[in-house]
Amino acid sequence: MVLDSGDTAFIIICTALVLLMAPGVGLFYGGLVRRKNLISMFALSFAALAIVSVQWILFGYSLAFGPDIGGLIGSLEYAGLQGVGLSGDGIPDLLFMVFQMMFAAVTLAIITSAVAERIKLSSFIVFGLLWTTLVYDPLAHWVWGGGWMAGSGILDFAGGIVVHISAGWGALALALVIGKRAGFGQYSMEPHNIPLTLLGGALLWFGWFGFNAGSALAANGLAVNALIVTNTAAAAGTLAWMAASWINGKPSSIGMISGSIAGLGAVTPAAGFIDPIGALIIGAVSGIICYYALLWRLNRSLDESLDAWAIHGVGGVWGTVALGIFALSGIGGITGLIGGSSAQLALQAVGAVAAVAYAFAVTFMIAKAVDLTMGLRVTEDEEYVGLDISQHGESIYV
Amino acid sequence: MKKIEAIFRPEKRDKVKTALAENGFFAMTVSDVRGRGAQKGIQLQYRGKRMKVDLIPKIKIEMVIRDDDVPKVIGTIRAAARTGKYGDGRKFVLPVDQSAMVRTDEFVSD
Repeated sequence: MVLDSGDTAFIIICTALVLLMAPGVGLFYGGLVRRKNLISMFALSFAALAIVSVQWILFGYSLAFGPDIGGLIGSLEYAGLQGVGLSGDGIPDLLFMVFQMMFAAVTLAIITSAVAERIKLSSFIVFGLLWTTLVYDPLAHWVWGGGWMAGSGILDFAGGIVVHISAGWGALALALVIGKRAGFGQYSMEPHNIPLTLLGGALLWFGWFGFNAGSALAANGLAVNALIVTNTAAAAGTLAWMAASWINGKPSSIGMISGSIAGLGAVTPAAGFIDPIGALIIGAVSGIICYYALLWRLNRSLDESLDAWAIHGVGGVWGTVALGIFALSGIGGITGLIGGSSAQLALQAVGAVAAVAYAFAVTFMIAKAVDLTMGLRVTEDEEYVGLDISQHGESIYV
Repeated sequence: MKKIEAIFRPEKRDKVKTALAENGFFAMTVSDVRGRGAQKGIQLQYRGKRMKVDLIPKIKIEMVIRDDDVPKVIGTIRAAARTGKYGDGRKFVLPVDQSAMVRTDEFVSD
């Protein structure tokens, strides 16, 4: 139980990097909506950051990382950060707590994709609090807090299950409950500011270094490996999505940055177990399958508006499974299918399926409950004039 | 020659453009504008508090056409841009004295 100043300094910086991903999501999404909803989209990410920051201190951290109850949830022993101290193994327990807090915050920000341009702010606050408590915290406990997934050997280095599957599949359920935007499918709803989306995506790529490398929880070789495979998968995803969309027309910059996020999401669970060549394949495959997932969603005219499902949900499943294929024993001590062992692949598949089912079902129930009690949607008029004016009393371009 | 100025909902822009093109009317100038009509904008009921949005984004198209085509253009725009609710917009028909091409200074009558 000796503190390491290098590790501590590194994780403090990584915490700040991950924090920047919340406004990164806000910018990424904000550019994709119509201009009457940019402030709303950005503000939802800040709201997510604030809601989770408070919830995590009060009881979220304890539910996720408190002493295990039946493999399902943490106890409330650490509520209010009781007993979470300045000392720890390598880094202070308090630092681990705040690093994890940022993951929970970014995850809630990602799910706002599903409700873009039509959510009532007050309902989002209630939904967000319930969602992070009932979906995120249990999943974090299952995988990282000593729950049943950790017990059975299911692995998730930096959040393929906890962050990307939960936000992506949760977004799909939430979109089904809240319903389509008025006019969806009848007239075009083109992104109003593509450079904002590119800038937001760039901040995500940047923050992801803290997300994945920091998940080594030490400034060591594993962290460096995670950083390199993260960058590699992002680049491969960018090029793969670009190539796939080039076949159907011009390769858009939005497609490229979407491919980057697809690669980043997919490499997240595997970053501590694979080498750069594995990352190249994981990222490229993710770029292609996420692109086709997006086309499939559009063909089904599902209004999961900003594609958290197609990119984070599908990419997260692929990455979680791919860990079982490309893991190399020399990196994280796990041998995957390419090393001749299929045991981990089977475990990863079980983990992915269980997480998809849990995130989808519980999100659906929470969304229904909020919709029936206070209504998720704004009124027709409020949606028409835009959420910037109707929810915040502001507009961006006067 | 007549000039049509039509102001309508921005989300109907593509539909109006397509409908006009299908009827053979291509030349037009399009602008993003904001304005209000007889209803003084949109009143939002906000938990007892009233909130007024009095300048609403609209699209304005301007086109110069032959006198005979006025009913057809007016009708095409109505069919494409109408929702039946307040705020659908307004069309104006103005006389045009002369029209000359910038490229040649040639006066054109239609």
